[in-house]
Amino acid sequence: MARDLEAYLRSDVKSTPFCPGCGHGILMNAILRAIDELKLPMDKMLFVSGIGCAAWIPSPNFNADTLHTLHGRALAFATGAKMFNPELKVVVISGDGDLTSIGGNHLIHAARRDMDMTVICANNMIYGMTGGQVASTTPLGASTATSVEGNIYRPFDLCKLVQAAGASYVARYSVTQVVSLKEAIKKAMSTKGFTFVEVLSPCPTQFGRRNQYDSPTDMLKTLMESCIPVEEVERLSGEALKDKIVTGEFIHG
Amino acid sequence: MSVQEIESTLPAGSYYFSGNEAATEGAIAAGCRYYGGYPITPSSEIMERIAVRLKEVGGVFIQMEDEIASICSVIGAVWAGAKAMTATAGPGFSLMQEAIGYAAFTETPLVIVDVQRAGPGTGQATRVGSGDHMQAKWGSHGDYQVITLSPWSVQEMYDQAIEAFNLAEQYRVPVFVMSEEAVGHLRERMDVKPRLKIVNRLKKKGAPPFGTPEDDGVPPMPAFGEGERLLVTGSTHNDVGIRKTDDGKAHEKLVVRINNKILKHRESIIQNEAHSLDDAEVVVVSYGFTARSALFAVQALRKDGKRVGLLRLKTIWPFAEELVRDLGRKAKRILVPEMNRGQIAGEIQKYAGCDVVSYCQTDGEIIHPHTIVEEVRSLL
Repeated sequence: MARDLEAYLRSDVKSTPFCPGCGHGILMNAILRAIDELKLPMDKMLFVSGIGCAAWIPSPNFNADTLHTLHGRALAFATGAKMFNPELKVVVISGDGDLTSIGGNHLIHAARRDMDMTVICANNMIYGMTGGQVASTTPLGASTATSVEGNIYRPFDLCKLVQAAGASYVARYSVTQVVSLKEAIKKAMSTKGFTFVEVLSPCPTQFGRRNQYDSPTDMLKTLMESCIPVEEVERLSGEALKDKIVTGEFIHG
Repeated sequence: MSVQEIESTLPAGSYYFSGNEAATEGAIAAGCRYYGGYPITPSSEIMERIAVRLKEVGGVFIQMEDEIASICSVIGAVWAGAKAMTATAGPGFSLMQEAIGYAAFTETPLVIVDVQRAGPGTGQATRVGSGDHMQAKWGSHGDYQVITLSPWSVQEMYDQAIEAFNLAEQYRVPVFVMSEEAVGHLRERMDVKPRLKIVNRLKKKGAPPFGTPEDDGVPPMPAFGEGERLLVTGSTHNDVGIRKTDDGKAHEKLVVRINNKILKHRESIIQNEAHSLDDAEVVVVSYGFTARSALFAVQALRKDGKRVGLLRLKTIWPFAEELVRDLGRKAKRILVPEMNRGQIAGEIQKYAGCDVVSYCQTDGEIIHPHTIVEEVRSLL
């Protein structure tokens, strides 16, 4: 982490727990840069997370109030805290399995209520911490510890899901698109209501090694090439869109 | 903790309330300012009334998407500074168990009113039961303690709701009012006193929120937004909240303390009521709605000259083991009538050392006073 962001980190935390090549460190950087540029006071910020690798982005690293909750329930805890003290700037940071599978019901209801908080969903398309099992976000055909011959189910489109549920701001970027990602987080944090940023973050340890990626850089490169801006989608045919990940802002003020 | 004497929110006087309405008023009086809930029979009247009452007193109400969300939102609100509660019944109480363990481990004070119905499963949603006591004690994984109270009247629904908040704040622990459908839906007179004592959580700026030098202490509790930069986690943590999931000593220390802070203070927590115990040969040990029938039975038998007494448990957990041990030395037999399959009778057998007879009734009906009279007669 860059020196200029040290003030946002707890002094007694010396390193992050992430594997080499994990995208969560880049995301952590983008979140803190967004906060720094928006000049948000850390004393009034509450970071809520569930269980999983991404839940360790804020807890214990961020030098603010942090609430590390139960698997899937971050949004329910966050709702109680925000409802009781609306002055808290609430940011939920957690993984895809946590927020959209075990916590899927809370996600759509928090979006439906347009609960005033920002949700950053680090999507690595797999259950990383528990050893690489198939997730509700695993691409069709991908190999995991519980879908060795390839995932037979379609993944959720998380942005469409929260958009349909009523979110006020919805965007998707990859950790390879750092500037756009940081700007999207800033926009999410400055928009009132339920704001959602899906962040594609590679998991070389659990996803990469099962899906023929030679190295973390290989995985990052493929991710970079897979992302296409939402503005380009209309110009491309169905075949050209195959295996592509659409990035950009889907709902914005 | 700090004790505060305040004026009652309701004007002093007599009221004709249902038990569920009384529990709501008790909660409001005790300072409850957040409720997250989900509809479930036979507890829903609590949520309906508190939705209105919280608006009147400047609190926050939200109907969540399920019971898991309800209890989790309560925990979130408590860490944001609220006194908070939810109410439920068997199936909802089951769903809340994981979060109850989280609350116990993070020392989050909160109150749940469980209006018990006939289980297991969906069971008989509109009928009475008292089968959630063991779940209240053991429902979440791991070793932890909670405090549970057992009201027998509308008055006690009010009084114990206040007591539940006070105990929760004093010990930073989840406290459950284990009421039953029969008392939740009973309407009778209750009295509101002009003033009441409430307990507020201890605050001490900069002090560790998850540890004390004593092995049975209760640490101070700050709230989010106070600049304390809190670290709250349901993983094993040290006294400032840093995760210590590989540290056996840290885990042992924390688990021992969250158990000891309740168990070592049993004497000041436990409340009960004795009726005609001094020369009693047969003692009925009872709690909740059943204790009304038990008292009727004991009084009827006393008129007949029978040496019969009643011990009414107002606190179920922590269990009154010393008291039961003492009782077992004096009485010949103990009868435990329950609207379950002997959950508390088993506990009494553990400590009494005398003949303990369990009378179980699980037909969705209350236990009739004459049933208890007959059961006692057969033991005399």
